[in-house]
Amino acid sequence: MNKERIYFDHAATTAVRPEVLSAMLPILENIYGNPSSFYDEGAEAYQYIQTAREQIAELLEVSPDEIFFTSGGTESDNWALKGTAIAKRKQGKHLITTKIEHHAVLHSMQALERIGYEVSYLDVDGYGLVDPKEIEAAIRPDTILVSVMTANNEIGTTEPIEEIAAICKEKQVIFHSDGVQALGAIPVKPRELNVDLMSFSGHKFYAPKGVGIMYIRKGVKIVNLIDGGAQEKRQRAGTENTAFAVGIAKALELALMDLPEEARRQTALRDRLIRELMTKIPYCKLNGHYEKRLPNNINLSFEFIEGESILLLLNELGYMCSSGSACTSGSLDPSHVLMAIGLPHEIAHGSLRITLGRENTDSDIDRMISDLPGVIEKLRRISPLYADFKQGKINNIIPEQGANLLKGELRYEVQR
Amino acid sequence: MKYSDKVMDHFLNPRNVGEIINATASGTVGNPVCGDIMRVDLRIEGEVIIDAKFMTFGCGAAVATSSMATEMIIGKTVQEALELTNKAVADALDGLPPIKMHCSALAEQAVKKALLQYYQEHDLLNDDNRNLFSILEEDVHDHEVNDESDLPGIENK
Repeated sequence: MNKERIYFDHAATTAVRPEVLSAMLPILENIYGNPSSFYDEGAEAYQYIQTAREQIAELLEVSPDEIFFTSGGTESDNWALKGTAIAKRKQGKHLITTKIEHHAVLHSMQALERIGYEVSYLDVDGYGLVDPKEIEAAIRPDTILVSVMTANNEIGTTEPIEEIAAICKEKQVIFHSDGVQALGAIPVKPRELNVDLMSFSGHKFYAPKGVGIMYIRKGVKIVNLIDGGAQEKRQRAGTENTAFAVGIAKALELALMDLPEEARRQTALRDRLIRELMTKIPYCKLNGHYEKRLPNNINLSFEFIEGESILLLLNELGYMCSSGSACTSGSLDPSHVLMAIGLPHEIAHGSLRITLGRENTDSDIDRMISDLPGVIEKLRRISPLYADFKQGKINNIIPEQGANLLKGELRYEVQR
Repeated sequence: MKYSDKVMDHFLNPRNVGEIINATASGTVGNPVCGDIMRVDLRIEGEVIIDAKFMTFGCGAAVATSSMATEMIIGKTVQEALELTNKAVADALDGLPPIKMHCSALAEQAVKKALLQYYQEHDLLNDDNRNLFSILEEDVHDHEVNDESDLPGIENK
């Protein structure tokens, strides 16, 4: 019980890296000037922000003019959607997105619907993949924006962003992608992807919470979400957070420095964990795609049990994980993403998300492989559904040997 | 959200788990769609509950409330057990987070559903006690749906 605690929830947030903190502390201590002020202390702060912007632009291979600092991924998503909807309102009031987006996108879309916009929410397949052909078919003459996430935060599925961007370009529709989970985990180059707008969040790649990035391609028109002073080229008001701008630039530099190696390392840990857990635990399903998947994401459903109770037992054993069950969502419905990939409620309630990070090691994976089967077994022993199943009163939904799709297709042996 | 030590104790070491073969009465409530199912089996002799067992599919609060509810009714007469309320179960666990109160309602329902079977089979149901079973008609998962016809604005209280 007194074992070291293991953090397996990097899709939720990450701890600030020491190098990032070291870069920020001198700014917090000494650089207090308002970057908009005339005197030297203000100019010095302004210089730090501009340098951070240039570094980020270089790392993302875009122009510094296209990088805006925001308070985080949520603000960036809100700005992209609401700002574009208002800017383009005379051209049309139709927007397109998917059913698996983050709430920052979905709830912004709902807010737009309430003031007269029309939104199409496209389905995904059983792996969580968006079909670019469906996007093409959904675009109408009055469509002004398409928003599809680069990678899903719950099931880790990576979407065909380049293809969707090409379609939007051809149809002259603005394309936004929520890149919050993708940046720092897989290569993300807004210009190569050909997106118009892209949202990022610092605390997903070891920067502090409260700072994000919005990429706005040159020439794209957008209305301000936050009005006030002339900061960020008059497009995002509010006195700049010099230290956090420096921090997010440093965190991005560090994240991209060894991205290929770190992605390979985490992918190997991920695949071993998936393989071993699915071998050891019967009636278990891998949610998301077996290959088009973030290197750090593992999402499994265990039949006959409920997710919050899995999290509670894991917490007692020293693991920090998350689940898509209703009890952890704060509502009575399980995760909208798990419902969108076609899981029945009872299978969605029994989900467990493990998201890896830089500090996770082989021995963390070993420990999880040895502890989780007992947790699942303990909960099944008290489950009336499992008792009924054992007595032949109900049928299983997930095959005993495991599955990736519910029709029973077993595809988790990813060869590399 | 954090559970009390008592909730955690009953979740980690649930009392009276299992099934009673040839139980005098049983009650199953909840459904897999909502993510919680509770089943309570009772052995009743001479109107006294001499044993109670439960099985639960659900969150920590669901397991803990069913464990506590069985503990509270063992040794009681059926009439005494009918007085069990979800508040009493929650209080015995040193409280539940507000969002989890429906779990304790489910525990009360499971016990009462089993008792209803006993009352019906023994022809004990009458106008004086019928109202004690009224919770069985309530859907503990009922929740208000917001009217989203306009940007309503939320008052900053």
